[in-house]
Amino acid sequence: MPKVKVPRKSTAIDMTAMCDVAFLLLTFFILTATARQPEPLPVDTPASTVKIKLPETDIATLTVGQGKIFFGVKGQQIRINMLDRIAQKYNLQFTEDEKRRFSVIESFGVPVGNLKQLIALSGDERNQPGLQIGIPADSTDNQLNEWILAARYATKELNNADLRFSIKGDSREEYPEIKKVIDILQKQNINKFSLITSLRQAEQ
Amino acid sequence: MAELDTSSGGGKKGGKVRSKKQSTRVDLTAMVDLAFLLITFFMLTTTLAKPQAMDLAMPDKDKDKPESKLEIADNRTMTILLGQNNRIEWYMGLVDNPKTPTVDNYGRNGIRKAIIEKIKEVRGITGDPKKGLIVLIKPSKKSNYRNLVDILDEMKITGVPTYAIVDITNPEIELMKRDGIYE
Repeated sequence: MPKVKVPRKSTAIDMTAMCDVAFLLLTFFILTATARQPEPLPVDTPASTVKIKLPETDIATLTVGQGKIFFGVKGQQIRINMLDRIAQKYNLQFTEDEKRRFSVIESFGVPVGNLKQLIALSGDERNQPGLQIGIPADSTDNQLNEWILAARYATKELNNADLRFSIKGDSREEYPEIKKVIDILQKQNINKFSLITSLRQAEQ
Repeated sequence: MAELDTSSGGGKKGGKVRSKKQSTRVDLTAMVDLAFLLITFFMLTTTLAKPQAMDLAMPDKDKDKPESKLEIADNRTMTILLGQNNRIEWYMGLVDNPKTPTVDNYGRNGIRKAIIEKIKEVRGITGDPKKGLIVLIKPSKKSNYRNLVDILDEMKITGVPTYAIVDITNPEIELMKRDGIYE
C-alpha cells in the first residue's frame, strides 16, 4: 500500500509585514522621544515611590545642588518674556539675537550681570561643570526671587495659567539650602510645589 | 512572499544566452530583530526618562491670620526630628514632656513600623476616623534632602492623614543632642 506522503512545507516565514510594522513603530517612537537636554548642574535626585509624572507645560524647575541654585522654565516664549522683565528690572539691554539664544537655554545659574557672557557661549561651553556659579539668593541680593516673579508674570500673560514650581534637589544637599528655596517660594505665597524624585519600588 | 515575480513575461524563445536570474528574496530575520531591539530601547527610554513629581503643600505662613493656626491635641501629634547620619528621633505629644522619645532609622523596619503603630493607636484613642494621627516633620540643619524626601515618602506609604513640615525649635535640638544624633 502506497504511503500518503505529506508534502514538506518550508519553515521560512514571510517577514515583510512584520518588518513593516516593526519599522513603523520604531519611527513613531523615535519621533515622539524627546531628546534629553544636557544639564549644567547634574544632580542625583533621591528616590521615592510616588508615580505622578511631572507636567510638561507651565512649569519652572529650581535645581539645587552643591550649594548652587539654577533656574529653568519651560517654553521659549515664556523665557523671552521673562528675560524682558528682568532686563527692565536691572536696566539691561538685550538684542533680538540674544533673546533668541536665551530662549533655548533649558536651565541656567548665573547672576544677572553675567547673563550676557552666558548667552554668548555655545551650548557645550555653557554646560561645563563649575562655569555657572548659581543664582544669588541671599537676602541682600535676591535675584532668584526676581526670576521667579518674572516667570510667573510671563506665564500668566502668555498662557493665562499659574506657573507651577518643582524643586530638583541633590540627595546629599543639606536641608538649610532647600529651606532657603522653599522660603523664597513661600514668601511669594506659593505653598504648593513638587519635589522631583526618581522611581523606587515600594517595599511593602 | 518577499520576492518579486521573477518569471519572464512571455515565452520567448530567442537563441540568446540569458544569465540565470537570481532570487530577490532577502532574509529579513536579522533586520526584524534589530528593529524590535530599537523599539524596545525607545519605548523604555521615553517612559522612564520622565521624572516623578512628589507634590508637597506647605502650611500657610501668613502671620496676620491667627485663625489659620490650628490647635492640635497632644495625644494625636507625633513629631519626627531628622538628625545627622540618616538618623531619626520621634516622640509623641509636646517637647516639654515628650512621650516615648525614640531614636530610629529610615525604612521599613525603622520609622514605618512606629508610624503604622501610632496610626492605629490614635484611631483607637479618638474613635473618630476624621481625627487621625498628625505628624510634624522637623528637619534639622544636619539632615539632607534625601532624608526629607524619604520621610515624605514614608508619609505617602503609610497613609498618614495629616502631616506638615515645621521649623525645628531649640528644645528639640537639645533633645537630639542628648540622644547623640545632633552634634
